[in-house]
Amino acid sequence: MQTKHVVMVGLALLAASAVAHAGPAGGTVSGKVTYDGTPAKMKPIDMSKEPSCAKMYATPQLAETVVTGSGNSLENVVVYISAGTPDEAAPSNAATFTQKGCRYIPHLLAFQVNQELKINNEDQTSHNIHPLPKLNREWNKSQPPGTPPISERYDKMEIFPVKCNVHPWMHGTFAVLKNSHFAITGDGGSFSLANLPPGKYTITAWHESYGEQSQDVTISGSETKTINFVFKAKPY
Amino acid sequence: MLNIKKTSLNVAVALILPTIVAAQQTDQPAPIPSSHMESHIGNLTGHSEAGAQLYYRYCWGCHGARGNGDGENAPYVTPQPRNFVAGTFKCRSTPTGTLPLDSDLYNTLGRGFNFTNMPSWAALTAQNRADLVAFLKTFSARWVAEKPVDPIPIPAEPKLTVESIKHGGELFQKLECWKCHGQEGRGDGPSASTLTDSNDQPIRPYNFTSSNRSKCGKTNSDLYRIFMTGLDGTPMPSFADVVKPEDAWDLVHYLRTLQVNNASPELALWQTTPEGKAIVSAKKVENTYTGSGVKP
Repeated sequence: MQTKHVVMVGLALLAASAVAHAGPAGGTVSGKVTYDGTPAKMKPIDMSKEPSCAKMYATPQLAETVVTGSGNSLENVVVYISAGTPDEAAPSNAATFTQKGCRYIPHLLAFQVNQELKINNEDQTSHNIHPLPKLNREWNKSQPPGTPPISERYDKMEIFPVKCNVHPWMHGTFAVLKNSHFAITGDGGSFSLANLPPGKYTITAWHESYGEQSQDVTISGSETKTINFVFKAKPY
Repeated sequence: MLNIKKTSLNVAVALILPTIVAAQQTDQPAPIPSSHMESHIGNLTGHSEAGAQLYYRYCWGCHGARGNGDGENAPYVTPQPRNFVAGTFKCRSTPTGTLPLDSDLYNTLGRGFNFTNMPSWAALTAQNRADLVAFLKTFSARWVAEKPVDPIPIPAEPKLTVESIKHGGELFQKLECWKCHGQEGRGDGPSASTLTDSNDQPIRPYNFTSSNRSKCGKTNSDLYRIFMTGLDGTPMPSFADVVKPEDAWDLVHYLRTLQVNNASPELALWQTTPEGKAIVSAKKVENTYTGSGVKP
């Protein structure tokens, strides 16, 4: 009986500390994003119309609409919490998007609603940055070489393409998200969303060619739940 | 024979038209205006209620019952009719990504869009056009949610000189306008064939040799405004953050010299220089549209 009490007090203390430091003591959702089937072969990009960029590469660059890694992993998937967590204020640091070698770095940039977005041009050519949102404001700005970074913000959650009209192969994605719990998969396809207070969450994985999938997960305490996403690859 | 054909065609059109009109009237939706809207252009005040009557008479065939650009004529129209729900407009005096002024929409209605299916509505009264502008603003929630933005200022045009034309030519190279518009401004630059608008429809860059009217007006101030504000929804970006006002005017002067088939003070001055004369006479198409009058 007494031992039970001690355990309960201990649990209560643990819970209290979890509330006090809601961040570090939370649960984690982690997993892997893979594909099933045969993905399309990415075509080499012909940059011959932009010699200043073409000369930066020994071999032609490949398109990035589907990027795969080892073990059937799928890269450039943004995994985020679409329901179950409150909206968060934007962090003070800026999300940086760079144009280099007539490519977008990163190809997929995730940042928060009202977070500063900084866009740099490190090329010796003019680019125009033309994001194509439907819910947010659509703007289109020229950025010649050597001009200061463009600073912008988006005030609604939305995932949308961004392109350069001058260099039609330049194509990327902005994911404007409502909270800081998101991850973008790289080689290996793994993701981890940490510091989640106990609760029920909807986890969504979004890929520019294969669409989006969602799974519900319930977190209690500081456990780590594993969920995996498998996208059906299309060979075209 | 021809006359008879024409007459019979007219009769046929006369027979068909009333039925189309009748069909339209039967499935005319209840107007959706979310709220009453007003437009203010000078001392004119437009009212959306009056504009709705005009819209469902003149505009909805292309722009659609809900203003989203899907009217029954829309599949046959290139570029596609404007979608007023998105609230994105080409011809603005305001920065890229912002709503236009009422006067911008009013001027667009009166001017129409060169090279498109959008005609000039100058035949309507000024009050009619102001009412239509007020009604267009009921389609997008942005007109309620967003505060009006100040237009990009256009300083007085500096004196036209040969130097300003030459400097404008350098900027045309430096800003890489030619990537789309072509070295001679014929709309045939290396990227031209790949361009699409925000609806993924192919779109052509402006061909300066085709006329002296561009989509958003024909004055020097209009040209200045176009590349400072950009044409939202198209590949044409805004240069407001990267071009100084005096440089922008030099570029305007140079762009006029690309309009080799239209007389202008800039073209006249340019042709007084040996360099300009050689360039213009090599480019100019005289007497005939087929080019048979061009000397080798």
